[in-house]
Amino acid sequence: MKLELRQVTKSFGSRNVLSGLDLQVHAGEVVSFIGSSGSGKTTLLRCVNLLEPIDDGAVLLDGDEISKIGRDPNPIRRRIGIVFQSFNLFPHMSVQRNITLALTQVLGKPADEAHQIAKSLLNRFGLVEKIDSYPDQLSGGQQQRVAIVRALAMNPEVLLLDEITSALDPELVGEVLDVVRELKGSGITMLIATHEMNFAQEISDRVCFLDGGRVAEQGHPKQLFSSPNDERTRQFLRRVNF
Amino acid sequence: MLDIKIFTWSTPAIIALALLLAIARSSRNPALFPVRIFVIAYIDIMRGVPVILWIYLIGFGVPGVGLERPFNSPLLWGSVALVLTYGAYIAEVFRAGIDSVHESQRAASRSLGLSNTQTMRFVILPQAIRRVVPPLMNDLVSLQKDVALVSLIGPIEILRQAGIDKAKFANFTPYVAAAIIFLLITIPLTRTTDYLLARERRRTSATRVR
Repeated sequence: MKLELRQVTKSFGSRNVLSGLDLQVHAGEVVSFIGSSGSGKTTLLRCVNLLEPIDDGAVLLDGDEISKIGRDPNPIRRRIGIVFQSFNLFPHMSVQRNITLALTQVLGKPADEAHQIAKSLLNRFGLVEKIDSYPDQLSGGQQQRVAIVRALAMNPEVLLLDEITSALDPELVGEVLDVVRELKGSGITMLIATHEMNFAQEISDRVCFLDGGRVAEQGHPKQLFSSPNDERTRQFLRRVNF
Repeated sequence: MLDIKIFTWSTPAIIALALLLAIARSSRNPALFPVRIFVIAYIDIMRGVPVILWIYLIGFGVPGVGLERPFNSPLLWGSVALVLTYGAYIAEVFRAGIDSVHESQRAASRSLGLSNTQTMRFVILPQAIRRVVPPLMNDLVSLQKDVALVSLIGPIEILRQAGIDKAKFANFTPYVAAAIIFLLITIPLTRTTDYLLARERRRTSATRVR
C-alpha cells in the first residue's frame, strides 16, 4: 500500500472536518475526491503532506507512519508534492527560480543540473519560453502548469492536486487538465480533490465521495457516477447536475 | 557632519538588529518561545520610552559608571541607545512585512521540503522587505532627526572632561520614573493592539502552517 489513512481525525476549533477517515491508495493509482464544499477534500490532502497536523489516527506512506508527532516533515514532503488551488507560486522569483529553488536548496543539486531539470519539464509542458517570466506575467492556466512543474521537479512519489482548476477561467481549465492526463500512467500516485466531475470520471481509477468527514462511498468512476449506492452521493451528484 | 557620521554607522546596525528581532519574534518553533517572550519584552520597553530618554539614560548613564577612554564617550553610548531603540521600532516594521506575506506562500515553500529557516530566507523575507520599504524610509527619516539628539550630548562630554562631572553624579531618578510611566501606558496599548490583530487574523485567514 502506497498511502494509508487510518481513522484520521482533524477539527478546526469545534468544527470536525475529518472524523475517523479511512483510506488506502495503491502505488500508481489515481484517486479523486468529490464532495460538497467543506466536506474535507482539501484538509485531507493537507494532512497527507503534513501541512496540517492531524488530531488522531495515522497517515502511512509505504507502511511508515509519517504523521507521528515530532517527526521531521521535510524529508517526507520531498516525496509528496502538492499543487494548490491558488497556485502559490513565489511572485518574486522567475519561473525558473520557482522550480529550481527546492532542487538546489532541498535536494542539493548543482545549479546547472537544476536548470536542466526545469528546462526539460517546462519543455514537456509547452512552457519553456516562459522560463524567465515572473508569475504575474503569466495567465492563470500557465501559472498553474508552472506550479505542477514545480511540484514534479522534486520527482515526488505521490502528487496531491487540490482543486487545481477551481481558480481558473473555464477556457483555461483544459490546458491544466491536459497536464494531469499526461501524468497518469507515468507511475506517479495521484490524489485529486476536484469539482470537475467529468474530469474525475475520465482520469480516476477510483472516486471517493466525502461526506461528514469520512469516505461515504467509493468505487470505480463508472459505477459511482452512474449508479451510486449511497443516498448522499446521489443527492450530491444531483445537486451538481451530473 | 557629526550627524552624518552617527547616521552612517547606526543605520546598518539598526537594520541588522531589527531584522534579527523580527525573525526571532516571527519564529514558530515551540522551543523558541522564551526567545519570543524576551524579544516582545525588549521591543515593548525600548519602544515604550522616548528616544531622548534612552539617549540620556544610556548616553550619560553607561559612561557614568566609570569606563576608561574611549569607552566613556556619551557620543558612543548615545549611538548605542539609538541603535537599540530604532532597532525595536524597525523590528516591528519588518514583523508587519513578514506577517503580510500570505500563509499560502509558507505552505507552498514547506510543501516543497524547505525548512522553516529556508522558507524565511528565500520566500518570506524577500517579499516582506519589498513591502516595508516605504515605512522603513519613514523611520530612517525620523532617525536622521533623532541623530541630532545624540550630537547634542557631545559638547557635554567636553564639559565633563573639563572636570565638571555633572553627568556622573546626576540624579537619574526622574528619568527612570518618567520611563516607567511611559511604559505603563505604552505596553498595555501595544498588547491590546496585538490581541486585536491576532483575533482579526484568526478570523480572516487560512489555518497556520506548522
